[in-house]
Amino acid sequence: MTEHDESAPSPSRRSLLFKFGAAFNVVAGTLLAIPVVGYVFSAFAHRKMQPSAWIPLGPVDQFPAGQTRLAVYRTPFTRPWDGATSDIPCWVRHVDAGQFQVFAINCTHLGCPVRWFQESKLFMCPCHGGAFYADGSRASGPPPRALFEYSYKVENNQLLIKGGILPTLAEPLS
Amino acid sequence: MLQSIYRWLDQRLYISKLFASTAGHHVPADSGSWYYVFGSATLLCFIIQIVTGTLLAFVYVPSTNDAWNSLQYLNHTQYLGWYLRALHNWGSNFMVALMTLHMVQVFLFGAYKYPRELTWMSGVILLIATLAMAFTGQVMRFDEDAYWGLGIGASITGRVPLIGDRLVHLLLGGPIIAGETLSRFFTLHVFIIPGLILAFVSVHLRLVLTKGISEYPVPGRPVDKRTYDAYYDKLLHTEGVPFVPNAIGKDLIFAGLVIVAILACSAVFGPAGPSGTPDPTRVDAYPRPDFYFLSVFAALALLPGWMETLVLFVAPGLMLAFLFALPLISGTGERSPRRRPVAVLSVITIFLVLGVLSYLGQTAPWSPKMNAWSGIPIATKFLKGRTPLEMRGAVVFQNKQCRNCHSLGDTGGMRGPALDQVAMRQTYDQLVRQVIQGGGNMPAYGKNLSPAEVNGLIAFLETLHPPGQARARDSAAPPYPDRVGGEGKP
Repeated sequence: MTEHDESAPSPSRRSLLFKFGAAFNVVAGTLLAIPVVGYVFSAFAHRKMQPSAWIPLGPVDQFPAGQTRLAVYRTPFTRPWDGATSDIPCWVRHVDAGQFQVFAINCTHLGCPVRWFQESKLFMCPCHGGAFYADGSRASGPPPRALFEYSYKVENNQLLIKGGILPTLAEPLS
Repeated sequence: MLQSIYRWLDQRLYISKLFASTAGHHVPADSGSWYYVFGSATLLCFIIQIVTGTLLAFVYVPSTNDAWNSLQYLNHTQYLGWYLRALHNWGSNFMVALMTLHMVQVFLFGAYKYPRELTWMSGVILLIATLAMAFTGQVMRFDEDAYWGLGIGASITGRVPLIGDRLVHLLLGGPIIAGETLSRFFTLHVFIIPGLILAFVSVHLRLVLTKGISEYPVPGRPVDKRTYDAYYDKLLHTEGVPFVPNAIGKDLIFAGLVIVAILACSAVFGPAGPSGTPDPTRVDAYPRPDFYFLSVFAALALLPGWMETLVLFVAPGLMLAFLFALPLISGTGERSPRRRPVAVLSVITIFLVLGVLSYLGQTAPWSPKMNAWSGIPIATKFLKGRTPLEMRGAVVFQNKQCRNCHSLGDTGGMRGPALDQVAMRQTYDQLVRQVIQGGGNMPAYGKNLSPAEVNGLIAFLETLHPPGQARARDSAAPPYPDRVGGEGKP
C-alpha cells in the first residue's frame, strides 16, 4: 500500500487527484444520502396526515341511548401482516336521540387503554390512575385534557367516525 | 509440531506482538481487585446477548401478526427455545445490573478523572445504548405490555413541541402501532443499537489500552494533570503486571460466576412472558414496564402535571449533559471515596430515589383496582349491626365502585385515602360535599347518585370509625337534631 514508485507522477498531480477524488465522493455521497434520509424520515416528507377516512362502526341500533359501549373498527391504513393491531377499539356514547360521542381508547396522559365503568359512570385508566366523566371530560388524575373524541356522522342508519391515527397530544383527533 | 505452526502463523499475523500490546498490556498490580471485575462482566453479558439473540432470531418472526405466536412456539415447541429465551432475558437483567455496578465503582473510585475522561464519556454512551436495548427488547416480546408500552412511547413523543406529530409517525413507522412499528424496533434492537454498542465498546477498550486502567485509589493522593502521566508511567514500570495472566484471575472467576448465575436464574425462573396477546381490543389490559423502567413509570404518575413535560424532556437532557461533563467538571483532585463524601452521598441518594420509585412502580398505589368493586366484598365487621339505611349505603359504596380507589380493611384500591376511619376525619357535611362535588383528585359523583343513594352512602361512611371513638363534628354549628342513633351523636 505504501510503496513509493520513483516514476510516479508529480506530487501536484497526485494532490489534484486526491482533491478531485475527495470532492467527487462528497457529491456522490450526498446523492446517496438523499434517498436514504428521505426513506428513513418519510414521516416528515408527507403532508400532514390527518385522519381522512370515514370508518363505519355498525348500525346505530347497536348503541342504545344513554349507554356507552365498546366498538371496534379496522383501521383503513392497514397492511396484510399487521394482524390484530389494526383492530382499534373506541368507546361510543349515545347521549340521546342520535347525539353521539365517540372517544378514543387512549388515555390523554400517556395512551393507556381507558375502561368504562357503567355504575360509577367513569372512564378509568389502569396505568397512572387518570379518570374521566361520561362526557369524556377530565375527572381526576394526571391527564392534561379530556378524552380524544372522533368526529362522527350517521348515514343510512350507520355510525361513521373519522379515524386512522393513534391520537396523541400533538395530533388529537379533532 | 504445535510450536512450529504457531511460529508460522506468528510470522504472518504478528500474534505475539498483538498480544503484548492488548491482553498482555501492563496494568497497575493493585487493579487486579474484586472491585475491578464489573466492566469485563458487562462485556461478557453483551457477548451472551449477541449469541442468544442471534439464535432467537432463527425462529422469531418480527411481524405484528406472528410475533406473539412465534414466542409461544419458542416457549413450547422449539427444543430448548424456552431456555434460550430465558438466557436472553436474564442476560439482559445481569447486563443492566453489572453495567450499573461498573459505573458506580468507576464513579466512587474517581476513575473517570484525568486522563480517562473519554473512557467515561464513551461509557455514558454505552449506558444509553444498553437502556435503549432494554426498551426495544421489551418491544420484541410483543405482548400487551409491549403494545401499550409503545403507546406510552408514542404519547411521550407526542408531547414534543412543534414536530411532535411527525416524530410520532417516525417512531411508529405510520399513523398507528402496527406492522412497521415492530419491524422498526426489530431493526433498532438487532442491527442499529448493537452496532453502536460494538463501535463504542471498541472505543472504550481502545482507551483502556491507551490511557490505562486506573490504579486503586489511595486517600491523600490526588490527581494532578501536570504530574499524573509521569506518575502512572512510573507505576507501570515499577509495579506493573501484564493483565493476562497476572491481573485477570478475579475477572475470570467472576465471569464464571456470572455465567453460572445466568444459567441458574434461567433454569429456575424461566423466560419472561409473553403476557396477553397484543390485541388492542382487549381493553382490560394492565400495562406495566419491565423492571428498569418502573421508576420512570412511577415518576410519571406522581409528578404534578405542569412538571411532566419538563421532566420528560429537559431533565434527561440535563442529566446526560451532567454525566458527560462530569470528568470536565471534577477531572482532578482526590479519587478515594473516603475523601469524597459528596460523591458517596450522591450515589446513596440516587439509589434511594430509584429504589423508592421502582418500589412504587411495582405496587402502583395510584392505579385504581379495577375489579375491587366486583371481586372484593366488604368485611363483615363493617356491616354487623348496621341500620338498613347504612346497609343500603354499603351497597351503594360497593356498586358505585368507590372501592376501586378507596380501601376498607386493607382491601381495595389505594388511589384515594383508606376510609376505615373517615368518619373521624370529616364531618357529615364535609362527606356530602366531597361525594357530590369531588375535589382533591376525586371525581364528583353528584350526577350519578340519587339523593337517597347519597343519604345511605353518607350514613354508611359515618359508621367508619374505631369503636368508642367519636366522629368528627363541626364545632361551630349546633348538633344535628334531625338525625338519630349511633354513639357520638346528640
